[in-house]
This record gives sequence, C-alpha cells and structure tokens, in this order.
Amino acid sequence: MLSLESIKAQVEQAIPGAKLAIVRNDAPSAQHSLLVDNASGLAVAAFLRDDPALRFDYASNVTGVDWPEMELTEKIKVKKMVEGVEKEVEEVKKTLRPGYLEAVYHLYSMELKHGPLVLRLRTENRTDKAHLPSLTPVWRGAEFQEREIFDLYGIVFAGHPDLRRILMWEGFKDFPMRKDYAEPDDYEYEPTPHDDVLERARQHYPAEGKG
Amino acid sequence: MSAPSVGHGLPDAGTPAQIPAPEGAGTPNFTIRPKLSDSGAVEGELLEVSMGPQHPSTHGVFRMDIVLDGERVVKLKPVFGYLHRNHEKIGEGTTYLGSMPYTDRLDYFCSMTNNWAYALAVEKLAGLQVPERAEYLRVILAELTRLQNHVSLCGFLLQDMGASGTPLMYAFRERENILDLFEAISGARMMCNFMRFGGCRCDAPAGWLERVQKIVGNFPAFLDEFEMLLNENEILMARTQGIGIIPRELVVNASITGPLLRAAGVNYDIRKVDKYGIYDRFQFRVPLGARGDVYDRYMMRVLEMRESLKILEQALKSVPGGPIIDPKAKLRGFRPKAGEAYGRIEGPKGELGFYLISDGSPNPYRYRVRPPSYINLTVLEDMCLGHNVADVVIILGSVDIVLGEVDR
Repeated sequence: MLSLESIKAQVEQAIPGAKLAIVRNDAPSAQHSLLVDNASGLAVAAFLRDDPALRFDYASNVTGVDWPEMELTEKIKVKKMVEGVEKEVEEVKKTLRPGYLEAVYHLYSMELKHGPLVLRLRTENRTDKAHLPSLTPVWRGAEFQEREIFDLYGIVFAGHPDLRRILMWEGFKDFPMRKDYAEPDDYEYEPTPHDDVLERARQHYPAEGKG
Repeated sequence: MSAPSVGHGLPDAGTPAQIPAPEGAGTPNFTIRPKLSDSGAVEGELLEVSMGPQHPSTHGVFRMDIVLDGERVVKLKPVFGYLHRNHEKIGEGTTYLGSMPYTDRLDYFCSMTNNWAYALAVEKLAGLQVPERAEYLRVILAELTRLQNHVSLCGFLLQDMGASGTPLMYAFRERENILDLFEAISGARMMCNFMRFGGCRCDAPAGWLERVQKIVGNFPAFLDEFEMLLNENEILMARTQGIGIIPRELVVNASITGPLLRAAGVNYDIRKVDKYGIYDRFQFRVPLGARGDVYDRYMMRVLEMRESLKILEQALKSVPGGPIIDPKAKLRGFRPKAGEAYGRIEGPKGELGFYLISDGSPNPYRYRVRPPSYINLTVLEDMCLGHNVADVVIILGSVDIVLGEVDR
C-alpha cells in the first residue's frame, strides 16, 4: 500500500477543495489516520473506493468515539527573573480542547488486498452541530454501523437511507456510549421496591407516589 | 369468540386495518394493509407480520418485520437489540484484562476466536510478542473452534429445513468431543477465557495434544458420512439452490465477510491476507462458491472444515516446547502507552475485529468490537426479497448469527 502521505497528496490533487490532515498514532501498531473535513467527506470516500491504485472497496469497521471538552495541561519551561537571577521555571499551561464526536472508518481493499486506511470525520461540537455526511452511499456496509453510532453516540448522518435507533429502543432519549452519560437512578428497578430503592423511586416519580 | 374476519371491508387506502384483538390479548402481531397499484387503485392486500422475537428459527431473540404479498416477501426489516447490554461501555469501564472473559460472551459458540481477536488487538496496541508454543496452541484452538462452529451451523441449517433432530444430533456429537478438549485445556466448555496478552493462560495438560490428534483423525470419517447423507440430498438441494443469492458487487460493498463472502466467489480470507499469528506456515486452500446461494454457503462450511483439518494435522506435527506467554507481558498493572490499534482475525463467522484507543490509563478509552454476524445482517433484506417466508428461515440460518454478538 502507498504511504499515507502519498494517499493524502493524491486525494488533494483529485479533489481540490478537500482539507486533509494526518493524525499520528504513537502506539506500536503505527496505524496513522487521515482526518477529512465534512464538506468533502463523501467525495473523498468515493475517490478512495474508485481510484484504481487505491480501490478501498471494503469498509470493514465503522465506529464512533466521544471526545468531551477537556482541559489539557502541559508543562513548559519558562525563563524568569527570580530574585534578580534568571532561572528556568516550570509552568503549567492550560488549554481548553473543545469537545467533538468522531466517526472512524477502517478501510481495506478486497481487490488489491491492502489496508487498513483509517479515515476520521469530526463533528463541530457534541450538541447542536453533531452532523456528519453519511458514507453509506459509498459503502453499504456502513449502514448498520452508522445507525449504531447514531444510536449510541448521537451523530446525525446526513444522507443515510434509514437513520433509526438500532440497539436501543425507539423513544430512548440519551446516548449511552458518550463519556458523560449518566445511568438513570431508577436503574435498579424492582417489581416490589423496598427501602432505598423505594426511596429513589419516590424521588423519581413524586406524582405517582406508589409504594 | 369467533375468528375475526380477515380481508373484508378494507378501509380507505393508506390506513392499516387493525384486527380487533380478544380482550386482554395485547396487540396482534400482524396488520393488513391494502396493496396499491402504481395508479393508486387497490389491487389486493399486504400482510405485515412480526416474525420473532420468540421464534425457534431466529436462533435467539431476533425479530423481522416482514411485509408479505401472499407468501412472497416484499419488505423485511430486521429488529434486534433485545440482548443489548452495551458490552463496549462495560469494556471501557474495566481494565484491559477484565474484558477478556467478557469477550467469551459475544459469540458464545466461538469464545476461543473471540479471545484471540481481542488479544491480537491488544498485542498490536502494546507491541507484545507471542512465543512459538502459544502461537501453535492458538492456531489449534481457533481451528477446532471453526470446526465445531461450522458443524453446528450445518446441523442448525438442516433443522431449519425441517430435518428435525437427526443431522443436528450428529453434528452435536462431534461438537461435544471438541468441547471436551476445550474443557481439558481451559476448564470451561464454552466460556473458555483462555488467551492472554502475549500468549495463553496455561499450558496444555499432559496428553492433550494426543487427544486432539485422535479427534482430528476421526473427524474426516464423520465428515464423509455427513456429506454422503446430505450433499446430494434432494430436499436440501431443492430448498437451498437458487435461494438467497447476493450479487458479487453488493457482497463486497456491504462489508460481508467470512463464508458468506466466499460463497459469492470473492477470494478474501484474512488468514491468507494478513497472515496473522503463524498462518503463513500452513498449506491450505480457500474454498470459493460460484453462485452465492444458500447451498453454496452450506458447502462452504463443509469445505472449510476440510481445510481446517488440514491445518490441524500440520500444526499438531510441529508444536514446539517452550514458554506459553511473553515474560515481558504484564498481567497486573497493564497500561499500554497512548495510541490506538485495530486488530482482526478470520473468525468462523467472518472478520472479527477489535478497535482499541488507549489514553495511558489501565482502562481502554475506546473499546470497539467489529461483530461479523451483525454486519452480515445488513443484506438480509436483499437476500430475502421475492422469496417465501419458509425461505427466510433458511436464509437467516445460512447467515449464521449469534445474538450475543449481534446485540452486544
């Protein structure tokens, strides 16, 4: 398989507006990934599938990852005047990483027998702009997996033919795979509530007040 | 109470007619809808049936919403999630090793291959090496798993066709022998929890390899008999040939893997492509189908069992001595460096992959299972359209699903 850098260059040449970036992976697996902007996601996917030298015709694994807003701390060394002498002092620099949701596609080629190419798409935020282009029109194999991401992470895939919940039931409100998901506190429902379970159930349904 | 009248007095086109249920019976699991021609005239009626979740042919708790025109399927939507316990979330809440026994419960027929796929992904993530002896044991156990999975699948498929009991019992007799081997080496018949990151949990007990050799040596005789009874059986051929064909282009595009993919004639076996473990040392062939119907899928399982036996014969001849686990692998306090890895193997049902993201803590930041039978269900509707309800049962049987893995 071609190196990720040359794949990136090829895609940029074929699709002029595409903004790509390489995400490094420091693990021994060295599976680096290609970050694609949302606007050209579908075009890039179609190019990767159809280009005769790449032919990524098989989207093996499609999954979501949740990256909540996080304060990153970094230790930096700063030169400072301390009591009239210049010294190197360690300072903690804090930066706020905005939260986003990510869809990760592991692509292989069945025809040319190479891979994986890891494709990443990121949403703008985790709340009102959790939209991504659906790649199901390019790879049908993403259909159920994108539905699962919609179900468990809440990414809305534009252009998906049948975007419904798949593992949780219709009418379920939350997204269980998100890092900040809180289990409902009447989780331990019992047919005959007693003691603290009863107390919690009462708090939850004050109007009914059954016991 | 007299039976409700069905099919009389259709209401206005578009509104489904609900048959009044007897009091206290809940909602009925079928609805009658008018069938409209292109011009909008009522031509007949469509029956919407909910097949499952408590249906013996669905191999677990699985439901299909089927719209029928007479006996013919015009629409089919699989519905599942009844066994969903959010395996991936639980995996993120426990240590890397803590998820190992839980992978057994995914596809509970093939716990050994589940263990291997997970161990492989973690080994890629942390850069661990596996000693020779452990690699050989892994291959032997994985191929035994493939044997017992395929043989049970053939039994279940025949059961779905109405061959009540006998083929399944033949198949289960052979499966029992293999489960005995699993019990001898791991202590459990189905929930084996045998592999570890960088090797296996324990060495094979004395005489175990000879027992494997004996069972592997006897297996071809069983397979000969099984094939002789079934391959050209008229009922099997009439019920399966030309049923549930998926076109070759769709099969690749829809990420179908395993025997389903190869039955459609696509040569893709991860044992050959990735050569994970030590699969490059063995001589074996990848059987391919010509038409991709249910019969081809049945034959694919039979032929793959023959190839697995070849691998087993070769592997058993050359098992080396030595350690069973990488001495550098840490069981306690295992914290891989930050990064990610996707590891995959050729499971009996297709590509089984694990995708892990580490942030340097003892728990994985992201733990994802790529379940083959879940993704193979993507084309269930395409396979069933135009066939009869009775064929749906067989087509679903030939996909080989296990709901523990589909629902996770």
